[in-house]
Amino acid sequence: MSGLDPARMARIAALKAAARERILVLDGSWGVMIQRQGLNEADFRGERFAGHGSPLKGDNDLLCLTRPDVVTGLHDAYFDAGADIAETNTFNATAISQSDYGLEAAAVDINLAAAALARESADRWTALTPDKPRFVGGAIGPLSRTLSMSSDVNDPGARQVTFDAVHGAYLDQARALHRGGVDFFLVETIFDTLNAKAAIKAILDLADEGLAPLPIWISGTITDRSGRTLSGQTVEAFWNSVRHARPFAVGFNCALGADLMRPHVAELARLADTLIAAYPNAGLPNAFGEYDEEAHETAAHLEEWAQSGLVNILGGCCGTTPDHIRHIARAVAGRAPRLAPQRPPAMRLSGLEAFELA
Amino acid sequence: MRPLFVNIGERTNVTGSARFRRLVSDGDYAGALAVARDQVEAGAQVLDVNMDEGLLDSVHAMTTFLNLIAAEPDIARVPVMIDSSKWEVIEAGLKCVQGKAIVNSISLKEGEQKFLQQATACLRYGAAVVVMAFDEQGQADTRARKVEICQRAYRTLVDKVGFPPEDIIFDPNIFAIATGIEEHDNYGVDFIEATAAIKQLLPHARVSGGVSNVSFSFRGNEPVRRAMHSVFLYHAIAAGMDMGIVNAGDLPVYDDIDPELREAVEDVILNRKAGGTERLVEIAPRFKGGKAVERVVDLAWRDAPVAARLSHALVHGITEYIDADTEEARLASTRPLDVIEGPLMDGMNVVGDLFGAGKMFLPQVVKSARVMKLAVAWLLPFMEAEVAGQPRRMAGKVLMATVKGDVHDIGKNIVGVVLQCNNYEVIDLGVMVPADRILDEAVRLDVDIVGLSGLITPSLDEMVFVASEMERRGFSVPLLIGGATTSRTHTAVKIEPGYARGSTTYVLDASRAVGVVSGLLSATEKPRVEAETRAEYVRIREQFSRAQAAKVRTPLAAARANRFAIDWQAYQAPTPVFLGERTFAPWDLADLVRHIDWTPFFSAWELVGRYPAILDDEIVGEVARGLHADALTMLKTIVAERLYEARGVVGLWPANADGDDIVVWTDETRTVERARLHTLRQQMAKAEGRANAALADFIAPTGADWIGAFAVTAGHGEAPLAARYKAAGDDYSAIIAAALADRLAEAFAEALHAKVRTDLWGYAPDEAFDLDALLAERYRGIRPAPGYPAQPDHTEKATLFKLLNAETATGIALTESFAMTPPASVSGLYFANPQAHYFGVGRIERDQVEDYARRKGWDVKTAERWLGPVLNYEAGRLQPTS
Repeated sequence: MSGLDPARMARIAALKAAARERILVLDGSWGVMIQRQGLNEADFRGERFAGHGSPLKGDNDLLCLTRPDVVTGLHDAYFDAGADIAETNTFNATAISQSDYGLEAAAVDINLAAAALARESADRWTALTPDKPRFVGGAIGPLSRTLSMSSDVNDPGARQVTFDAVHGAYLDQARALHRGGVDFFLVETIFDTLNAKAAIKAILDLADEGLAPLPIWISGTITDRSGRTLSGQTVEAFWNSVRHARPFAVGFNCALGADLMRPHVAELARLADTLIAAYPNAGLPNAFGEYDEEAHETAAHLEEWAQSGLVNILGGCCGTTPDHIRHIARAVAGRAPRLAPQRPPAMRLSGLEAFELA
Repeated sequence: MRPLFVNIGERTNVTGSARFRRLVSDGDYAGALAVARDQVEAGAQVLDVNMDEGLLDSVHAMTTFLNLIAAEPDIARVPVMIDSSKWEVIEAGLKCVQGKAIVNSISLKEGEQKFLQQATACLRYGAAVVVMAFDEQGQADTRARKVEICQRAYRTLVDKVGFPPEDIIFDPNIFAIATGIEEHDNYGVDFIEATAAIKQLLPHARVSGGVSNVSFSFRGNEPVRRAMHSVFLYHAIAAGMDMGIVNAGDLPVYDDIDPELREAVEDVILNRKAGGTERLVEIAPRFKGGKAVERVVDLAWRDAPVAARLSHALVHGITEYIDADTEEARLASTRPLDVIEGPLMDGMNVVGDLFGAGKMFLPQVVKSARVMKLAVAWLLPFMEAEVAGQPRRMAGKVLMATVKGDVHDIGKNIVGVVLQCNNYEVIDLGVMVPADRILDEAVRLDVDIVGLSGLITPSLDEMVFVASEMERRGFSVPLLIGGATTSRTHTAVKIEPGYARGSTTYVLDASRAVGVVSGLLSATEKPRVEAETRAEYVRIREQFSRAQAAKVRTPLAAARANRFAIDWQAYQAPTPVFLGERTFAPWDLADLVRHIDWTPFFSAWELVGRYPAILDDEIVGEVARGLHADALTMLKTIVAERLYEARGVVGLWPANADGDDIVVWTDETRTVERARLHTLRQQMAKAEGRANAALADFIAPTGADWIGAFAVTAGHGEAPLAARYKAAGDDYSAIIAAALADRLAEAFAEALHAKVRTDLWGYAPDEAFDLDALLAERYRGIRPAPGYPAQPDHTEKATLFKLLNAETATGIALTESFAMTPPASVSGLYFANPQAHYFGVGRIERDQVEDYARRKGWDVKTAERWLGPVLNYEAGRLQPTS
């Protein structure tokens, strides 16, 4: 297996060192920020896809190829706000998700370009403030098709997609992100753990191609107050299902605002012997689907999490802006990061619920 | 501290639950889900799912069931144990579970590399693993081997794969104890001690096991089995066992077990007292419980006088007490021989009567024979010690042989066993026995009857020859004819007239053998029986010649004009993906299991009915189930320990029809002839619109077309296994071993044909696996075998074998009668034309025989000899095959 280039090895070491010293800050939402740019169909198509047969507006990841200036601008805005970590603009950049636009063939290029754009911005900011190095996480989203849930109400065993297809799509994405120079993988917004397990398997399988392992951050989504993922797992069951990835961080994002997410983060913080990361939405959406929670409100919640020793990495999901990130970064500056608990080794299994053989 | 113990139920395990198996194979997944739900509701902490059944598409069943479970929150809440001996099934399961599952199991059986691969995959899928104490040398039985293998596996997993030690569960193999075999006595102790050592030496690792194995020798006595499980667990858990596959709800509490039973069980589990097994065996029936009637019978038979006990043991095939009972009978007799001629023979007569009355079935009778053999073996030293010992008076001496050129002997073995059960001395000369040896031995041993067996058609002529030799050498003892290709008509028309000094009788099946033999050997009955048979055969011959005269045959030229015409202009033959020959040695036995057609397996035992309905048959269901279970157990061992080896070869070549021949070309230039296959044409009178077919009709005379051929065997390893069983006096298992080899060979032929259709020839790439469709031959293309109705000439196998280089590729040899050896072998041709179909050539006329002889380069006499069974005319006296 070929090793990583020295620069990337140094960055990963710096990331781990920084996480021991302080609470790190991830960037905020992309959807809202892109919406605010008022881009039209032609912007999304660019020259390369000018003749594409179906509408492309809304394929935000495509902007990495067609409007790289917009993407770089957003990375810069978040770094400027105080973020330590940028996510690549690749939430939907798998062949499966891009097939909704007829762009499965462009998926690999999107990932390569997205990684390069985030890398360039991060390196530029690191050069400006060497005492605050900036990092790039390769974002791997959940797919619009799920492996654990039926696609047909009349046939609970039916599935729209196979594990092998999901695994293959993630393998292509992870490979491209790795080659593009990301510092770690961020498997995020997991509402079906089996999809995430396919992503984890794909990431681990990269070793067979000679690619050196990168850290993995796994971020699940608790969809409502029941405290379960959409596919039905409790927090502990979810953790037991993904522990084998030996993630450098685990946590939750999306679906809930900070107030409703807190108990689940606290539960995970008690269980997981690794870094805890959380990036809630700016509250719950209003009747128009807009997020009203203001930056100082979100920051106040997260400051309390930090005070309580629940977290190591914080950021924002839907509805958050550079302003939110700025407030969060200020609120948690100087706060001690959580210390991971030591848990005795035990066989920990799961179905929808956790099972531990003590 | 008493550790927490996890019960893993086995109700959603097709190998552990007949009900679940039936639900799954019937596709009743709603019912199967209900079983899972019940089990979780009853408190199962982990749900074991096993779909390893020969007839199931296990990958499909595993995927379907786990996907359905995912939609049932009250089931899916617990972790799954994905239980399979096949990696592909395990992997299919891992692709369906969002939780963290346990894989059961992987091992070092196939070497370290495979183990590393599978362990790495388990780690990446996110699963704990059960590791069996099994390595390249086999399954660990002693404490030392168990610990050694587990240590090696642990180091490999932890150091090389980076597997978390707390996710490793060892299964150090629980084996049956109290089997009566001394080496098994310590198996319980070996497991318990190995468990303690593993827990001590290998930090965080867990220990599990299949508990029901330990009590296997007490099948049928559930209370004793449950007591054994409870006691075993009591000690194994104390030693550190963490989990086990066991139906926990059924287990009695250790302290609630009857103290007498508990102590006896404990003696056996802990192997702490000599004679423990005997004692447990002795008291076990008293604890059997069950229905009141059964209890009375069970208790009664051990309380009965010794003669009745011997009779009971014989009828029920119980070997456990036979030595003790025989000894008791011997002490009560003046001479040891009296035991045989008295109580033992009386018991066997009961067996014979019940069998004759259809109240017992072959598998049971063969088990009775085993009991008888053990009893006789016990008495033998005492009889030899008798200076004045006289030879045993047996009911008669029967010499049996499979004739020269033929290798099949399952049916003959069954007849032999049945006759032995009825106090006949049976001398079995085996297979491929030349006529002179049969007759020399018959003279030397002064036998009372000669029985001939054969399965392939050339054996019919060899039997005719043996009969004529008996006549020439002045024999007069009765001759019996049996075997798959023999028939009453053939015996009456061809064999019986050649042996005038003695009588010839056709025996339909083993159940008739005793009646026929006893009639022929009874001084009073013999004349009447022989006269009746003679009269019957005369009648059959007359009927036969009348039927012959009435049978109009079409002249060859006219038959050819009425060929099966395919519109070759409209047909584009599929180009094979692969041309040439390809060897598959070995083919994965486990893959063949799912292709097995069980129905013929049961008919080999004269149990009539279609599988699986036969298992629930009112009359033979119970026997069929027992036989099936024993066969599955043996099959599992055969597959796991690779006792048999399946080897096959396929060839696909450019070919064109040339009249009734098929020319196989060296290459696509279609200029140089590599070989020529000969086919025979139907000559029966056909109704308007019905063709006189020959196999050559299915190949295009010009242009692009191809033919294929194959030879497969699953018989390597069968002979030594059967011999081992026979040496142990276990004919029952020996016959199962042979029958399973036959089934596997047929399954191999099906599997290989499917591979040819979907892959090598590739004209049906999307054909789905469906065993019923396969068995009903609902697919495109045929695979007719030389020697069977579509081409009755066995000698064509020589061409086929040469083309395939089959002997080198597969180790199958041809006898002088063109029987394949090992006998569990199948060969044939492949035709891909969608209109190709199976047919019977039927009887042929002299004009075709002469034509065929010319094409084969034979003289007409040779052709008549090989085509004897299908001649539509009397070819004169048949010559011996030499």
